[in-house]
Amino acid sequence: MMRDPLIPAVGVVTKIRVDTPDVKTFRVVGLDGKKPFEHIPGQCAMLSVPGVGEALFSITSSPTEPDFLEFSIKKCGCVTDWLHAMDEGQQVTLRGPYGNGFPVDTDFAGKDLVFVAGGIGLAPLHSVINYCRHYRDRYGRIDIVYGSRSKQDLVDYQEILDTWCNEDGINVHLTIDREQPDWDGHVGFVPNYVKELGFDTSSTVVMCGPPIMIKFTLAGLMELGFARETIYTTLELRMKCALGKCGRCNIGSKYVCKDGPVFRFDQLDELPDEY
Amino acid sequence: MLQVKAIELLESGAVDRVLGWKKGDFFYDLTPAVFESADEVRREFAYGPFAGANLSKYLIAESRRGGKVGVFLKPCDTYSLVQLLKEHRVLRENVYVVGVQCEGMCDIEKIRDAGCAGVTAVEEDGDRLKVATLYGERTVDRRDVLLEKCAACKSRKLVIYDELIGEQGDVIDSNRFDKVAALEAMTPEQRYEFWRGELSRCIRCNACRNVCPACSCEKCVFDNPDSGVRNKAAADSFEENMFHIIRAFHVASRCTDCGECSRVCPQHIPLHLLNRKFIKDINELYGEYQAGADFDSRPPLMDFTQGDCEPSIVYQRGGAKA
Amino acid sequence: MMKRIPRGEIDRLFAALAGMQKLYIPADDPSGQARFTPWAEGMALTQRLNTARSAKDLFFPQVENLVGFKVTGKQIEMIETRDPLEDFILFGVRACDLRGFEILDSVFLSDPVDTYYQSRRQHATVVTLACSRPEETCFCGNFGIDPAEPGGDVSCWLTEDSLCWRANTEKGEALTAALPFLEDGGEDAAQAQREAVREIAARLPLNRLDLSAFGPGKTQALFNRPEWKRLSEACLGCGTCTFVCPTCQCYDIEEFNDGETVRRFRCWDSCMYSDFTQMSAGQPRPTQLERFRQRFMHKLVYYPDNNDGAFGCVGCGRCLQKCPIHMNIVKVVKTLGGDGA
Repeated sequence: MMRDPLIPAVGVVTKIRVDTPDVKTFRVVGLDGKKPFEHIPGQCAMLSVPGVGEALFSITSSPTEPDFLEFSIKKCGCVTDWLHAMDEGQQVTLRGPYGNGFPVDTDFAGKDLVFVAGGIGLAPLHSVINYCRHYRDRYGRIDIVYGSRSKQDLVDYQEILDTWCNEDGINVHLTIDREQPDWDGHVGFVPNYVKELGFDTSSTVVMCGPPIMIKFTLAGLMELGFARETIYTTLELRMKCALGKCGRCNIGSKYVCKDGPVFRFDQLDELPDEY
Repeated sequence: MLQVKAIELLESGAVDRVLGWKKGDFFYDLTPAVFESADEVRREFAYGPFAGANLSKYLIAESRRGGKVGVFLKPCDTYSLVQLLKEHRVLRENVYVVGVQCEGMCDIEKIRDAGCAGVTAVEEDGDRLKVATLYGERTVDRRDVLLEKCAACKSRKLVIYDELIGEQGDVIDSNRFDKVAALEAMTPEQRYEFWRGELSRCIRCNACRNVCPACSCEKCVFDNPDSGVRNKAAADSFEENMFHIIRAFHVASRCTDCGECSRVCPQHIPLHLLNRKFIKDINELYGEYQAGADFDSRPPLMDFTQGDCEPSIVYQRGGAKA
Repeated sequence: MMKRIPRGEIDRLFAALAGMQKLYIPADDPSGQARFTPWAEGMALTQRLNTARSAKDLFFPQVENLVGFKVTGKQIEMIETRDPLEDFILFGVRACDLRGFEILDSVFLSDPVDTYYQSRRQHATVVTLACSRPEETCFCGNFGIDPAEPGGDVSCWLTEDSLCWRANTEKGEALTAALPFLEDGGEDAAQAQREAVREIAARLPLNRLDLSAFGPGKTQALFNRPEWKRLSEACLGCGTCTFVCPTCQCYDIEEFNDGETVRRFRCWDSCMYSDFTQMSAGQPRPTQLERFRQRFMHKLVYYPDNNDGAFGCVGCGRCLQKCPIHMNIVKVVKTLGGDGA
């Protein structure tokens, strides 16, 4: 049989972790028990449950994780509802990896990195953050600004507390939208917090979150004097093939699935505003 | 004459915009258009034997845009508007209807079918059309190239208007059910084959649905991923052929037989026959009924009376009217 | 080398071709429109210039099985559902549709290769047919297409008394070698035919559009033009233009679950449809204006951006003939470019 890129492989979900009330992390391996494929941080894969549908998700595990792929998925539609309802041991299909990923070994090398995430927006950054932690000496200072509606909505909260917060040269800045009793950290929206923290404009910024967060954080970074060439984000659009052919994620001359999902803002400025 | 009227309506301030037709590259390729100024009308407005499009469905959106919209409607189009008004889909107070009497609209595809290749211009000459082509001039009889809906015209009566261009007309004794009767006379196997053949050409472009004034749902069940019946596959299996039959059910007793479905079908599927079958059955079972003919009647399939017949029994007894 | 067969013996040619491989010719369907149809004894070549649907159907069918799944408990079993293919001959492709194949190739055969499309292309021998009576809706000349000199594996010209036949490729030569009844000659007749068609093409009313406002790098100049509103206002949002277009290649992947197995298939889709870019998180193209603009920007700017300036339109005129409201790429070009600019 000629193997078409549209044909997936069967994999198994070996572990399901509940992260927040509406986010779960799924660990997937191949039928042989091994990691299904290698990837670059920021790349995605198509997961499907036959009969329910196929959808594209960010790979949240780091490429340095030798044994499996992980996907942190928010419940927000047909496929994700099904994934949230299933049990460990369930087989799924997957194909990938897709997209360009972050330039972790080129443009990011030697730079101070500022990661800015909101809500489930941490998922695509999780992979790159852990990659950078693994190769810590290749990068300068690392700052992570992460906010969510509430403490309960912070994805990977335990991992952040247990590991990210305890490493030298990594500065984690958590914030939630509103005061709550068991929270003594920062309260406020991510864009304001980023401005308050005020980073060195020679840093490279990587952002992911809801459009409103991106919009105001970008404005804040501009005020701080950042150049658009140094700010990266990752886009999400409806996709079917993930191969740059089916036409859905076409914006201007780019296909988000193939030419993205990672773009610098100076690149986005060239595209029509349809994302 | 329509152009003059459009200019008058806009210049007098009687309406804020006019819904009509814009001229194209040839005589036949008119496009429905909204004109906001008399200047636009002078520059681009056109009307003629190829203004077949029924503009009434555009009024769903246009009547909600604020201000008043003038619209040109042919007799058959006025039935659609009345039906839409009955369904509360168009805001009457924002619409000024100019009723236009009509001699029947022509079908460029039929002109091509008549062997005219490379048509560059068409000129009316009484009952005949002078067709200029890249390969010389041709003349065709207008009656031979009418749109199907016009060849089987059911009425020249304008059932709603604020103003009239031309004479008021009457309901016509049409032959529009002849083909339906012919299909009824077939054996079930023959009829099944007929429809399988016709529907097998469907490419699921949805032009029939999107043009249909009776299909005015904000979100069609066939476009809704949560409906469980969304399926974009073409009609190569019986399951998918059902699309047209289900659509006909959805519009039954509301369909005015405006004939737009067949006019726009790129695959020349005689979709109007499905609707006419329903209309003919309704006429036989519940008494003569014409959707959109008046404001007071209730569509038979949306009304229940104790006198309603039981369709299955009527047909067991030989198919006569109750 | 040019070969010929008397026009009255075309059936003999078709029978011979059909004896070798499955043969498709443009023939009239029961509604009177032309369509590529498997040839059978007695089937006549259409008199029409072109098929209602384009020749892309043969390589990129409207519906195509990708793969099947059987789901039992937590287990998933994959089932091969790919349609078996055999070699086939596609006769009567016009120069515009042939260019359409090149455009589809640039999409489907670029990395990663779409193997469904690729295997259909590999199985096909394309026999083109020069146009004899172009329609007023033809505008292929704008894209450097010569309707009198189509390429493909074999090129044919239908003249008053002959079908002239010239092999262009190895596949074409192989086909020709299996047709011993073809006579040598016909070059003069083909040449006369070429000249006659070129003379008509030169006076086609839409064959000299000003495309200078379009092409690579024109996104910013065109995207926010106010004319899009008027151009798109009557658009029904149907998929007619997309589906009859020889170059439109957007597709959807859907599943059909019969309770036993899940059949994953792909089918044509259209950027004109409201659900094309609908996500649970939102809709980047909320009105028909944005969807309409996408289709034309894609053909006139985005595709050229990625393909050395080549436009994503071949000027076949099908959308001009079939759009229910007579809005089309020519009107878009005239409004936004040239005279309208």
